[in-house]
Amino acid sequence: MSEKKTKRRDFLFTATTAVGAVGAAAVVWPMIDQMNPDASVKALASTEVDVSALTPGNTLTVLWRGKPVFIRRRTKEEIDEARKVKMEDLIHPEKDEDRAKNPEWLVMLGVCTHLGCVPLNDKGDYNGWFCPCHGSHYDTSGRIRKGPAPLNMEIPKYEFVNANTIKIG
Amino acid sequence: MSDHDYRPKSKVGQWFNDRLPLLTLANHLTDYPTPKNLNYWWTFGGILTFCLITQIITGLTLAMHYIAHADMAFESVEHIMRDVNYGWLIRYIHANGASMFFLAVYIHIFRSLFYGSYKAPREIIWIIGIIIYLLMMAAAFMGYVLPWGQMSFWGATVITNLFSAIPLVGEGIVTWLWGGYSVDNPTLTRFFTLHYLIPFLILGLVVLHIWALHVPGNNNPVGIDIKKPSKDTVPFHPYIVIKDGFALLMFMIVFAFFVFYSPNILGHADNYIEANPMVTPAHIVPEWYLLPFYAILRSVPDKLLGVVAMLSAILILAVLPWLDTSKIRSAVFRPLYKQFYWILVADVLILGYVGAMPAEGLYLLIARVATAYYFLHFLVILPILGFKEKTLPVPLSITEPVLGGSPNLATARKKESKIE
Repeated sequence: MSEKKTKRRDFLFTATTAVGAVGAAAVVWPMIDQMNPDASVKALASTEVDVSALTPGNTLTVLWRGKPVFIRRRTKEEIDEARKVKMEDLIHPEKDEDRAKNPEWLVMLGVCTHLGCVPLNDKGDYNGWFCPCHGSHYDTSGRIRKGPAPLNMEIPKYEFVNANTIKIG
Repeated sequence: MSDHDYRPKSKVGQWFNDRLPLLTLANHLTDYPTPKNLNYWWTFGGILTFCLITQIITGLTLAMHYIAHADMAFESVEHIMRDVNYGWLIRYIHANGASMFFLAVYIHIFRSLFYGSYKAPREIIWIIGIIIYLLMMAAAFMGYVLPWGQMSFWGATVITNLFSAIPLVGEGIVTWLWGGYSVDNPTLTRFFTLHYLIPFLILGLVVLHIWALHVPGNNNPVGIDIKKPSKDTVPFHPYIVIKDGFALLMFMIVFAFFVFYSPNILGHADNYIEANPMVTPAHIVPEWYLLPFYAILRSVPDKLLGVVAMLSAILILAVLPWLDTSKIRSAVFRPLYKQFYWILVADVLILGYVGAMPAEGLYLLIARVATAYYFLHFLVILPILGFKEKTLPVPLSITEPVLGGSPNLATARKKESKIE
């Protein structure tokens, strides 16, 4: 009685359960994955924007992948304000030099990192953006300074195709 | 139970019932012994069943005209309002019906809290109820997205983004929920599908809720166990049917007032503007019935902890039967609990109020205090109260206080002695 012998039946039971579990998972996965972005959504990867009409101190908002992208042509004061901020004062420390390679142009997703609202331009305590939904304040570099948002506004992949055109994505 | 001995009178009935005992079930439901002291707070179960059926019927008819597509949803809702015969009526009943449903469910839940209906042996009824409540919130949220107005779109964005607070996999989950990189057409079509499905899940759970209720029978305002059937009970039909029916009529007057005289007062004007992914409305607030939880979310300055606090505020209710350590059910015999109960009611109302206000200054401070108190009530006050509180003597039967004219035993006995 002390020794329990593995019988043919035990083996069949284990094998059937294992194959059944793998089969169930193989059937469930397509049902879950069909909800992920489809090929047509993924195809809309990049947008080209003409920024020639944008004057310093103004923002252009364009739609990319269903999300607004802020293209801000910053003034001298805004750049200075963004660059003189000490790293230890930041919730999510990032240098303005890394966020805006060309200091005059700030290109970022206009999406609050808290719960996805679109922050308002030229508002808030740091002269940058203010999210009306739950009160997050962003500075002139789009970095989170105050409020519930955990991260700075995201910088998408972009490049200047020529002096007047930015390609996002 | 006696209904197992039930035998239909007619030969045909007997023939049928031997093969499928539906008549036995019907007999059980009509004869079901009910405490004779149930007050009007007990009529909301029936009212809620009415609300569910109303939402299903009006929802089915709306779905015959609605088009679940980002380019056409907003217009199809306007088409329902202007062109479809009685479309305005059906849509207003459905939209206000959601609010009426929540009004009734909150009364139903707070009745349970006052009379201790969640305590043994009714924990499973209570937990099924909490699951129904969660599904109701999911259905209401997704239904609000369907008209594809500004509040629909941004409400959907904010609520789905709650999942992005989950470490590591959060962003992936949000993309999966959206079916894209923002709330868009794939999101709308899946929300429509789920909005259609959930009411039927609720219907199934309601059957379980009532089934679980019929095992121990109803709790009652005195909160004592009763023998059934006995002098303390009356049959469900006609006694409770008539009482529930009368309360339902009163409820329908309130319902009709909203539908016919102020159909948009509980909504937001912004939702008559078509969804625009470029502009967030200046002030986003959820529907009134979600405001207390919204206030809890905003009162925590950390994203993940805010979401955790909001979810805990709901899920804590599921373990309430074990947090409340008092053996006495009804607050009538718990002088201290009764006071804390009303403080909790006030606390939830305050949370609802500050949830509708901007999250800054004094409002934020009040929201934080009220949030802290909400958790204090369930996690500290209730467990301690069960040990410390001096409860009042509980009557031995329902008949005792009913004849005396007061649920409080001492007063009842005093009155009885006066009569003598």
